[in-house]
Formats: sequence, C-alpha cells, structure tokens
Amino acid sequence: MQGLIDRKQSLYCSLFFGFGVITDRKSTNFCTATDSMADRYDRETDKTKRSMLNDTRVRGWVAQALVLAVIACVAGYAVYNVGQNLHKAGITTGFGFLNDPSGFDISQTLVSYSGESTYARALLVGLLNTMLVSVLGIIFATILGFFLGVIRLSPNWLVSKMAEAYTEIVRNVPLLLQILFWYLAILAPLPGPRQALNFNNWIYLCNRGMQIPRPVTEAGFGGVPIAFAIAVIFSIILVRWARLRQQKTGIRFPAYPVSFGVVVMLPLVVLLAAGVPVHWDVPALHGFNFRGGITILPELIALWLSLTLYSATFIGEYVRSGIMAVDKGQREATFALGYSPWLTYRLVIIPQAMRVVTPPLISQYLTLIKNSSLAVVIGYPDLVHVFAGTALNQSGQAVEIITITMAVYLTLSITISLFMNWYNKKFALRGF
Amino acid sequence: MAKQWKPAPSRPSPETWTGIVGWLRINLFSSPANTLLTILGAGLLLAIIPPMVRWGVFDAVWLGDSRAVCDSSAAAGNGGACWVFVKVRLDMFLYGFYPEPERWRIDLMFTVLGFSLIPLLAPDFFRTGRSQALVGGCGVAVVFLLFGALPAVFMIGYTFAPFLFERVSLWHTPQQIQAGKRSAAATGAIGVFAVVAAVYWSVRLAGVETAALPVSLSAGVLSLCLLFFGRLGLLVWRWIFLFCVFSVFAFFMLVGGILGLPEVETHYWGGLFLTLVVAGTGMGTALPVSILLALGRRSELPVVKTLCVSFIEFVRGVPLVSVLFMASVMFPLFLPENVTFDKLLRALIGVAFFYAAYMAEVIRGGLQAIPKGQYEAAKALGWTYWKMMGLIIMPQTLRLVIPGLANNFLSLLKDTTLVAVIGLLDLLGIAKAAMADSEWLGFTKEAYVFAGVVFWIFCFGISRYSVRLEKKYHTNYQ
Repeated sequence: MQGLIDRKQSLYCSLFFGFGVITDRKSTNFCTATDSMADRYDRETDKTKRSMLNDTRVRGWVAQALVLAVIACVAGYAVYNVGQNLHKAGITTGFGFLNDPSGFDISQTLVSYSGESTYARALLVGLLNTMLVSVLGIIFATILGFFLGVIRLSPNWLVSKMAEAYTEIVRNVPLLLQILFWYLAILAPLPGPRQALNFNNWIYLCNRGMQIPRPVTEAGFGGVPIAFAIAVIFSIILVRWARLRQQKTGIRFPAYPVSFGVVVMLPLVVLLAAGVPVHWDVPALHGFNFRGGITILPELIALWLSLTLYSATFIGEYVRSGIMAVDKGQREATFALGYSPWLTYRLVIIPQAMRVVTPPLISQYLTLIKNSSLAVVIGYPDLVHVFAGTALNQSGQAVEIITITMAVYLTLSITISLFMNWYNKKFALRGF
Repeated sequence: MAKQWKPAPSRPSPETWTGIVGWLRINLFSSPANTLLTILGAGLLLAIIPPMVRWGVFDAVWLGDSRAVCDSSAAAGNGGACWVFVKVRLDMFLYGFYPEPERWRIDLMFTVLGFSLIPLLAPDFFRTGRSQALVGGCGVAVVFLLFGALPAVFMIGYTFAPFLFERVSLWHTPQQIQAGKRSAAATGAIGVFAVVAAVYWSVRLAGVETAALPVSLSAGVLSLCLLFFGRLGLLVWRWIFLFCVFSVFAFFMLVGGILGLPEVETHYWGGLFLTLVVAGTGMGTALPVSILLALGRRSELPVVKTLCVSFIEFVRGVPLVSVLFMASVMFPLFLPENVTFDKLLRALIGVAFFYAAYMAEVIRGGLQAIPKGQYEAAKALGWTYWKMMGLIIMPQTLRLVIPGLANNFLSLLKDTTLVAVIGLLDLLGIAKAAMADSEWLGFTKEAYVFAGVVFWIFCFGISRYSVRLEKKYHTNYQ
C-alpha cells in the first residue's frame, strides 16, 4: 500500500515538474548523496582547501551584485531611450502638465469640472467616478453575496440549487463579456428618450440612461443632518453601554433595534417639525431629452450591475465556506441550550464565520476596485478611461500618466491591505 | 361488572419521510417559511427560464444562410434569436482574419496539442507506456488522414521520441554530476553546447535560417535534461516535449515563414484561436517565472528578495488593464526608435508577468506548507540550493498548489478578453467586429450569448477539473 502511494505521488511529482524526479525506485541517488556529504564534510572541515568559489556567502553577494548590475543596465538603457523618444516627439517630461487646462469634457462629474479645468482636476474626477462605482458595487455585491451564501446552505433544495446554478453560470463567464452584454445588448437597444420606459412619471429608463428625481433642499433643512449625526452618536454610545451592561449583569438590552429606530426617527421628526423643507426635482421630457432630476449614465448602470452580479458569486462562495467552517458542535451546543435558530446564527455562527470570511472578502473588494477599470471598454469615465485614456491621448505624457494611474491604484490597494491586517489582528483568535 | 376493556383509538400513521412525497416534504415544504421560499423560487424560475428557452431555442432561426431568413421570421412576429448569424460568421469567431487557405495550420496545431495533452491531463488512465503509445498512434492516424504525410512524420517523432529519451536516460549516470564531480559536469556542459552548435549549423545549412536559433535552443534544453537530471519518467518527458518541442512547432506553424509556409502577421490573428493562444502562452510563460519569483521572495539574499517582493506587490496592486496600457503605450518608449515590438507579443508579456505575480503567491503558500524537516534533511545531505529545490521541495510544492494554479489559469482565461482593450481581436473583440458588419447589424445579443457559452464551457470544464484535482490530492493527504 505504501509503495503504491509512493509510486502515485512520484508520478504526480514527475508530472508537473521536469526538474529531475526520481521515478525509478532503485535509483541510487540517495547513496551518492551520502557519498557527496562525506566528500563535502572533508572539504568543509579543511578550511585551507576551501576556495572563494565554494563559499555560499561570497557566491550570494556576487549573484546579487550581478542581478543589480543587469537591472541597472536595462533600466538605464530604457530611461535613455525614453528620453530620446520623447525628445524626438517634442514632449517635455515632468509633472508640470497637471496644471495645464485639459480641454476635454467628461460625461459624469461628481465635482465641478469643465474643459478649462486642469489635468489634475480630471484626475480627481476620474478617481471619484472609480470610487463611486466601486462603492456601489461593493455594497450591493456584499448584500447579494451574503444572500447567495446563506441561500446555498438553506435546507430548501430548490433555492439552494438555484443559487448554485446562478453562481456556476455567472462566475464562469468573463466579466468584460458581461459588461458588454449589459451595455450593448440590453441597455443600448432601449427606446430613445421620447419612448422611454415610464415608471409612474417618476423614473424613466431609456437608451441614454436612467432618470431619477432629485431631492432639492430648501431653507430650514439644516437641522436634519445635525439630527442624524446626533442620532448616530447616540446609537454608538447606546450599543457600547448595552454591551458593557450585559458583560457586567448579563441583562440584554435590544440596542440594535432601538438605535436603528432612533437613527430613522429623529431626523424624520426634525424634518416634519421643520415643515418638510424638501421638494423633488422630477425629470420631464423637454424636446429630445430629459430635464431635471439626476441622469444615471447607462455606462454606470452596466458597470455597476455586472460588477455586482459577478463579484457576488465569489462573495457567496466565501460566505458559504465560512459558515461551513464553523464546527458542527457549536451549532448543536447552541441548540441544546435552547437558542432559536436566529440567535444561533447571530450570536454563534456569524461571529465565528466572519473570521474566516473577512480576509478573502476584503481581497474580493480589492479585486472589484481593480475590475472597475474595465469601464474603459464601455466608456464610463473612470480613472483609467479619463486619465490613462483621454488625458494621455491629449497630452502625450505616457510615462507620467501611466505612473500616476498605477500609483493611485497601488495607494488604494495598500490602504485597504493595511486596514485588513489591522482588522485581522484585532479579531484573530487569541491564545492559540 | 367489570368494565369492558376498550383499546384507545389507534394513532394516525406517521408522516412519510421516504419516497417522493417524503423527499418533497423534507426538501421543499418542511416549514411554512420553506414552502414560501419554494413557491417564490419556482415563480422566479418560471418567469426566467421559459422566455429564455423560447428566445434561444424554439423561436430561434436555425436554418438558412442569409439575413433575410431572420428578418422574415422577425416580421412574422417571432422574437427569437438568429443563430444563422453565428453560423455564417463561425469561421470568423474561430479563426479571426487568419487567411482562409492557411487555417489548416491552426487546426493541425490544436490537433497535435490535443493529443499531447490527453495523457498529461489524465495521468491515471495513461500511466503505462502502452496506453500512451495507443493515444499517440491514434493521433498520428488522425493527423495523417486530415493533414497528410509530412505533418504525420512530425507527429510520429513528437509522440514516440519520449520513449527513446526515457530509455536513453537509463544508460548514463547523472549521479556522478549530482555527486559533485566537476569533470562529469564539464563533460555534460560541453555535450550540451556541442548539441546546440551541431543543430544550429545543420538547420542553417538545410536552408532554414530563421528556425535555427529556436530549434537549437530547444535541442539544448532537451539534452540538458537528458544529461544533468536523473532518470525521468515518461510523462515528465512528455511535459518537457510540450514546453520545448511543441512550442517551437506551434510558433512556426502559426507565424509561418519557413518551409514554404507563407508568413501570417499577428494582426490577422483573432477569434477563439487567439484567446487560446494568449491563455496558453500566458500560462506556459507565467509558470516558470512565478516559480523563480516565489523562490526569490523566500530567498535569504536581501537584494533578490526585495526585488521579488516589490515586483509581486506592485503587480498585485494594479489592475490588468493598466498593465496592458503600459505594455501598449509606455513599452514602445523604452525601446530604441527603430525597434518595433509586435503588439500581440507586448500583450503576451504583460499578461504573463501579471499572472506570474499572482501565481508566485500561490506557490509561496505551497512552499510554506512544506515541513521544515524536508529542507533540513536536504541540507544535511549536503545538497546545493538548486538541487534541494528541484528534487525535494518543488515537486512536493507544485503538487500541493495545483488546484490554486488551476484557479489562476481559470481567471487568466477569463482575463484574456482584456486584450481587446488594446485592440487585439480575441473572441470578444471578433464578436464586436462581427456585429459591426453593416450586413448583420442588430445581432448583439446572439454574438455575446455565443461567446459567453463558449467561454462558459471552457471555464466550467477547467473548474470541474480543478475540483477533481483538489479532491484527489486532499484524499492523498489524509
């Protein structure tokens, strides 16, 4: 039996690695190795015979110096060529171009921007658009993903199979294809503004995107955000107090429902007391296009939808494996204590599952942010499209722009990774 | 008078938990909430599936070869798909703009690849030399019937040479080299050099100048494996042949320019074929690079370690799109003015190095899982670093990380679609080009659904395969 396993293992070793694997069991490699050990021992003990050539430390430093030299040569040559090529093309290097007017328009701007704004401003607009779609995607993908993960473990055969089918179908189709499908095959053939799909004269959907009403605040609205802030601070204090009290006395206080009620009710009360100083700016058809309200670009819808649907499948898998990683005995013990299934989940399963789920979940968020750069294919004005696309073509500052773009993504990644490390340290099991 | 004893009325029989009814009760209607879920789920299915099936199958136009068929069907009120579009454009979806008379070269390349992958991917079934010879024989027959005698000769050599190499590697004694005998190592090195030189000049003299360097280099690698490593198994030789011989063959088959094959420039390449080329070369290049990166990251040499760590972390922090942009916009600036670099090659380098960083992390995970005793034992035997890694650590590591690598391959395959960003016409790019054809406007859905189904088949296949591997190796460890 042992021999069989050995043969099987060595077969697989040999399969995936060509660097000489002993498949012949009669091979004398080990004996010769022992010989060589004896040889080497002789050589090593006799310090006078040991040459520089065999000193691993010397060899290591020589190898490193060589590597450094080669890289320095290649980099130097590349820098020299860049200088030559840019000189020929008449482009001055440096980051001074960031203060020049950009001269192009952007279809979606979260901060004020026009053609006279600088390249630096365009960078900011692109970055904010990237953040917008990423945050939207992260929120909805998390909700859908948790839903999928829980549903897959449900005792209901039908819905668990449906969740599995959804996961297997969506996960195995390239994200780019899904983005293009939503954008070109679903949203583009929608009717024009005049025949737009009308939802109760309130929301319109057409091939130029989705029109939704915009709340416009009037004088006297200022109290609402203040009330909201107070409610949030109050709930944080309430939750802490409830936890401390439970730790001391064991008496539970429904802190979460109460704080939820406070956060919703307090601003609402203030709003009503001020006489509802808000009205809706409802979109209306004017000539060939809509006026008023907020326009959600079809690019944003397509990108957000596909990022959500695609990432949710991965998040669902992490959630499922996280829940399954919680020992069966934990659940049984909680049931034996007479806890309801809901409390079992909330107090025993989820806290333990989250330890397993969080690290891959956060790296999935990172992937989602990076995937949002696929926006460039459908022309959603994200960082890559605005800056590494349009701005690069306008200014020709390829090296600087690509460097800045990558640096921005790197900063985002590193920030989130640092947060993840901190979180892991904080919530990791102690005493193991 | 004694009261007459009357038995209590018998209880109703217990609810069935067996059979179809029982199964339904347990799995679909175990509680009111569950029943509600079942009804909701079934309603959702009914709302989604029938219209989709109607669109894709029953109302769809399958027969015919012109747009008129679809138009008349649509005019008759059938809102189904027009698969005629895909049928007419199928060649384009598969081969891109590769010139039609030369497409047999692609077919030949994939036939050879398929037959050489069969024993490698299913080693359980093709463990013996006889079964491998059987597959190889089938391959030769198929190649002979479809492509003629000359390709069949190559196929014979390619399939049966590993048997010869396996035999030959029995004769010599690589143990001497491994034991640190300088003279033996020197003889081996001279032998490898002689083989390279001989092959180089003979190919040149045969009048095929362009092929001389690649062919002689692959001969050099083969002789290196033959002279410096111990006895290698048949399947290992097949892997070496795939990397050394097949890659050269595939390159010249696709590019042409030798042996009377017309040259086909890479901007004619496209379709599914280009997708597979990018995925295959990407994986083949990324694997060795990632092994080196992972070793470098765990190295004790500070310079090497810093370089590897910063490369890996840098690449993992940026999106592939920006790497491809860099390859397409910034890379030409690094080169002297008169040197141009093929666009496809630039994309390939970008994809390969991007995935090398991710795979290096997978391999590092595997390296960390190897017990310390394995390293210590190898060192105690006085083995050198490369021998320890090559013979002890790496084989175990790679076996551990195969599922992880398969997952990476899966995302690599999906990410090949990104080369469309820099203007290469892979399956997705070709789909876009095909629907921009003025004769066939308005069949966007059909094109994307077709491309999606093709990708899905490949990706689902790979993911099932990786699940199988995972299970297999998992059980091995218990």
